[in-house]
Amino acid sequence: MLSLNINGRQVLVKSDPATPLLWVLRCELGMTGTKFGCGIGVCGACTVHVDGTAQVACQAVISSLGSHKVTTIEGLEGAEAVALRAAWSSIDVVQCGYCQSAQLMAASALLKQKPKPSDQDINDAMANVVCRCGTYPRIRAAIHEAARQKAG
Amino acid sequence: MLTRRTFLIGSLSVAGAAGALVVGWSALPPRQRLVGSTPLPVEGTQVPLNGWVKVSSDNSVTVMMCKAEMGQGIYTGAAMLLAEEMDADWAQMKVEQSPIDGIYNNLDNVAGDLPFRPDDHSVFEEFSVWMTRKISRDFGTMITGGSTSINDLWLPMREAGAGARAMLCGAAADKWHVPVGECRAESGRVLHPSGRSASFGELAELAGQQSLRARVVLKTPAQFKMVGKPLKRIDGPSKLNGSARFGIDALPDGLLYASVLMCPTLGGTVSHFDDSVARALPGVVKTLKVDAYNGGTGGVAVIAENVFIAMYALDAIAALGIEWNHGAAANVSNGDMMRSLADALDHSDGHVYYSRGHIDGALNTAAQVVSAEYRAPYLAHAPLEPLNCTVQVKDDGATVWVSTQVPALARKHVAKVLHMDADKVDVQVLLLGGAFGRRLEVDYVSQAAAIALEADGRPVQTLWSRPQDMTHDFYRPACVSRFKAGLNSAGEVVAWRNMSASQSAVAASLKRNYGFLDPLIDRTTVEGAFDQPYEWPNLRVAQTTIELPVPVGFWRSVGHSHQAFFVESFMDELAAAARKDPVAFRASLLEHHPRHLAVLQRAAALSDWGRPLARGSDGAARARGVALHEAFGSIVAQVAEVSVGADKSVRVQRVVCVVDCGTPVNPNLIRQQVEGGIVFGLSAALYEAITIDHGQVQEQYYSDFPIVHMDDCPVIETEIMPSGAEPQGVGEIATPPIAAAVANAVFTLTGQRLRTLPLKLA
Repeated sequence: MLSLNINGRQVLVKSDPATPLLWVLRCELGMTGTKFGCGIGVCGACTVHVDGTAQVACQAVISSLGSHKVTTIEGLEGAEAVALRAAWSSIDVVQCGYCQSAQLMAASALLKQKPKPSDQDINDAMANVVCRCGTYPRIRAAIHEAARQKAG
Repeated sequence: MLTRRTFLIGSLSVAGAAGALVVGWSALPPRQRLVGSTPLPVEGTQVPLNGWVKVSSDNSVTVMMCKAEMGQGIYTGAAMLLAEEMDADWAQMKVEQSPIDGIYNNLDNVAGDLPFRPDDHSVFEEFSVWMTRKISRDFGTMITGGSTSINDLWLPMREAGAGARAMLCGAAADKWHVPVGECRAESGRVLHPSGRSASFGELAELAGQQSLRARVVLKTPAQFKMVGKPLKRIDGPSKLNGSARFGIDALPDGLLYASVLMCPTLGGTVSHFDDSVARALPGVVKTLKVDAYNGGTGGVAVIAENVFIAMYALDAIAALGIEWNHGAAANVSNGDMMRSLADALDHSDGHVYYSRGHIDGALNTAAQVVSAEYRAPYLAHAPLEPLNCTVQVKDDGATVWVSTQVPALARKHVAKVLHMDADKVDVQVLLLGGAFGRRLEVDYVSQAAAIALEADGRPVQTLWSRPQDMTHDFYRPACVSRFKAGLNSAGEVVAWRNMSASQSAVAASLKRNYGFLDPLIDRTTVEGAFDQPYEWPNLRVAQTTIELPVPVGFWRSVGHSHQAFFVESFMDELAAAARKDPVAFRASLLEHHPRHLAVLQRAAALSDWGRPLARGSDGAARARGVALHEAFGSIVAQVAEVSVGADKSVRVQRVVCVVDCGTPVNPNLIRQQVEGGIVFGLSAALYEAITIDHGQVQEQYYSDFPIVHMDDCPVIETEIMPSGAEPQGVGEIATPPIAAAVANAVFTLTGQRLRTLPLKLA
């Protein structure tokens, strides 16, 4: 049994230590907000935070996590998250919604690092999370809006 | 003249009923769409008022949703139609996926694929559409596709809402002992001039005892309070906290997972595999051979306690070598197939979908003749949620949890695989993590049922890896198209001849999923080419269909997806040959099509067409390109602003898009679909291509089948034309024109005319 720190709680998991975090979250813990998209880290659909930094859960083997703090969409809180969710709602970003957990995780990590991100900052931070529905223009607008609201 | 389309209509009628019975059946009034054959499922204090809506004493109004939500926003749009006529409060609306029932059959899907041009208003056309819709009521199926949901639900949702309102008002009148005519509904309450009022929730139980209201008076557009408003998505909040449930998120108790590896050659099957290592791994429950279902491919499956173990065990099987039966596709590669398509154009006259005037004579006497050949590749749908389906098989029936566009078809094929009656199979439709036409297929559903049959009653989620999803799709057909047009000495088009060659997705789909014979013609192969509004005297548009061993299907906007690129690029070639401005050239051909003309001119105005375009912040020169296209009942014009990078990559900076989609039900959702449709089409315009080597698809991930990302997504500006016409579905309309708009801009910028997708500069 490994002990993981997920959304502020220590959780004992029985999955094999070589299992990627993605499958422990989804199959063992029933936390389905983190999505499977490719399994090799190119689509970004499983983006979570490890110690506040955006990281793909399909490439994070649980034995490597130790006491590092994992945050998923179910536990995403704080001023950035509040501002982002409000902006996502007011701009009505989502379509199918499958990538949106990951988009919010990537965006909140960005805002924590850069409270006033430029378009280039947004490109750099968000280009690894694909959206097949094409919500990119609204994601960009919502990140700028959240940054404004949070500063204002 | 007995045309082939007459044959098609005839065969549809025969499909419905035989011989003289057809006559009697035709005379019957159309089957009602208000109440289903079985009572609606209810929870708590919910009271069904008809087959489309339940009201509860907790004051919620629940819409029974027969369409799948795949991002297009139909949960919201359809709920608005019902809430509008019911005079409900938007905040009290909820959506619940409906059961499978004949009242939810899609009336517009087949009708929309009949081979008529939009300007054909003949008696024959009207009769055919009427008959097809009537047949669909009785013998059709529940289907979310073809941009039909808003058209299909426009009346039944509103009638159901108006009927429910009448029952609530009737309940209030009985309760207050007042004439029902004195009661009216507003924002979720029934009001009486005396000052009495009651919420829908308070009246729910009494309203359920009222008789059904089948005859209702619907609002006039002037009375609309919700329709036309940019309301926010009803599914929005659940998609911001991880609580939204997609097919992949079905977690019934005791769930097992299966991973599959199909024959790399399309349509192949497995002959032998060695599972000695895999079976010994902890957590592995079973390994099995799975057949090819519904046009798919056979393979090996591992059932295990979690996805990771299943995938790991499958790798162990693959490492020992699997013997495959590769089948017919093993003999063909991309080059052969493109040659076959070109050969078909050389050796066939094709089926003529539309002609007028005397094309040969007009071409012979033209002052200038312009010819060109265009090509488009196979494309994968690549929805972000990989294909998956969860099935539990018990002695007395089965439950299926799946994201699908075709629940009734899924049920039918699961029942077939399990040798059960269809009514023993319960299909739970969850949210779709993208579909774009891929989830109109049921290959993965049948496969999941066959796998779950081996799990001793435990539920099994069969989940495809991304490479399996990418390499075992039903692809957008590759297509080759040739044009020959004649201009007179004034630079006016006098003749337009076009013929394209491709596989038929309709024929393939009917055969693998519905057991129908080849319908002989397939409008979708040529839509976008034979049905455009331009007015010139001599025209002939034909298509020839060939069979190739590549499974093809319906990819967002189907035939329009490539035909719009061909037609609107060639239009630009003609404008250049005539030395005319591309917008003015098109406008001169739309004298009798004021809606098209208005859309085109509005896009030109919004994009500052004709004015110099400043260099971008990167110092690169920019140019504009225009395209106009009609699809799915809507008219779309796009102007793309394009630059070229130092690496010769095409970069799209800005797209202006104007749409006329009839009455705009929800401008917010329309804009979303325009933005998404453009990005989807842009991925295909710039990057996407499926290549096949000896029957094996080479692309496996988004890294080798690239799509637009945040950093190459243009700014998109959308304008919706005001209209009182019937509303039209908007899920696909913005995809077709973008490739041509971009290619036309590239021509202006570089002088290179790119006639092959994806667009690559020399």
